[in-house]
Amino acid sequence: MHELSIAIDIVDIATREAAKENATKINKVDIEVGTLSGVVIEALETAMTEAIRDTMLEGSHISIHEIPAMARCKVCRHEFKIDDWLALCPECGSPENEVIQGRELRLKTLEVT
Amino acid sequence: MCGTCGCSDQEGGVTIRRPGDPDHIHHHQHSDGGHDHGSHSHGHGSHSHGHGSHSHNHGSHSHGHDHHHDEGQPAGHTHHDAGREIRVEQDILSRNNLLAERNRGYLEAKNITGLNFVSSPGAGKTTLLELTIRTLKADLDFYVIEGDQQSMNDADRIDATGVPVIQINTGSGCHLDASMVNRGLRQLDPASGSILLIENVGNLVCPALFDLGEHRTIVIISVTEGDDKPVKYPTIFRNADICIVNKIDLLPYVSFDVAKTREYAQRINPHLQFFETSATTGEGMEEWYEWLKAERTNSRS
Ligand SMILES: Nc1nc2c(ncn2[C@@H]2O[C@H](COP(=O)(O)OP(=O)(O)OP(=O)(O)O)[C@@H](O)[C@H]2O)c(=O)[nH]1
Ligand SMILES: [Mg+2]
Ligand SMILES: [Zn+2]
Ligand SMILES: [Zn+2]
Repeated sequence: MHELSIAIDIVDIATREAAKENATKINKVDIEVGTLSGVVIEALETAMTEAIRDTMLEGSHISIHEIPAMARCKVCRHEFKIDDWLALCPECGSPENEVIQGRELRLKTLEVT
Repeated sequence: MCGTCGCSDQEGGVTIRRPGDPDHIHHHQHSDGGHDHGSHSHGHGSHSHGHGSHSHNHGSHSHGHDHHHDEGQPAGHTHHDAGREIRVEQDILSRNNLLAERNRGYLEAKNITGLNFVSSPGAGKTTLLELTIRTLKADLDFYVIEGDQQSMNDADRIDATGVPVIQINTGSGCHLDASMVNRGLRQLDPASGSILLIENVGNLVCPALFDLGEHRTIVIISVTEGDDKPVKYPTIFRNADICIVNKIDLLPYVSFDVAKTREYAQRINPHLQFFETSATTGEGMEEWYEWLKAERTNSRS
């Protein structure tokens, strides 16, 4: 389950960034996960519970925000929400589009003391 | 526990061995409770492994899914003290990506072509590599990194073809990552001008997220596993360069619509190039060999 190695990477990045700011405790973590990122949010939540044990993040509030995937039609430039890579443009029916949002896997902010 | 190696139990640890190596070489240092993946590409910081004494479980209170912030003061939830905010804005995979770029740089400096083979378990990765190596080893210089959770089986099969091979056992990990390949490369020490074949752990999900530093990703699907694979595992098809449909000798016995697979896959990734092969009869392998030789020639600049 790759969510666990991703959770551990989140803990690593957060710990390092917090240490740079001389923080001793991380109270809150904001993470963005796109629906096309390949990460399952429920699995990441479970993995985070495991990964934060005995770290500065123990007991912190983990906030995972799902970013809906959006595509832009290459034919008519219409922008629309998509659920997978196979979506057709709702305006003109073209399968040619570029994904403009939804691949995110980002550690946004930390709240520390 | 560590997701890369799951080394809360020793057997789950990542190991790298050559065929014929005496024993399990453990690359962890468990003694100090710290964590060392050998290459030091990712220190695990304060992450430790003992689980025994922890009866409490601070859950990760995940909200979200609905894309709005949880900044208010939900009833019954004592909100955190006004702490300082740090804007990190970091791609979580950035460290793997960085190390993957280092691997790519190493390969390019030595003019080595790196190929990453991904598929479901049993699609025929090792069989295809064996036949490819046996057929082309007089013309091309091959080095192989084998990735599996356990066992030396695949490395032993490659070893029998006579080319240098190293086995990475990921333990409970379900994919190779750039740091494992980095360590593998150091041990394998491939010669300049060679082709590095990396067989990833049989899995169509996570290898899509972990760049190893390869030049091309090759996804193999076999005709026994259903023609809707691209629809079910779009991310890997999106990121691949080549798709090999293997076990075509079995087409008469299964209902697998090659044209349909191609159509799905090319809608997900219009640049995907297709080969249809049987790694047991050799059918269709010629075109694949031509591609491989051309790939090598093109990088010889
Ligand atoms: N009929 C047929 N069988 C094949 C073909 N290619 C591989 N096989 C068989 O499929 C089985 C699995 O092949 P492997 O090469 O071990 O598959 P793999 O993808 O390396 O498997 P893992 O490393 O376990 O993920 C073996 O029994 C092979 O003989 C093929 O083209 N046709
Ligand atoms: Mg294999
Ligand atoms: Zn359109
Ligand atoms: Zn994985």
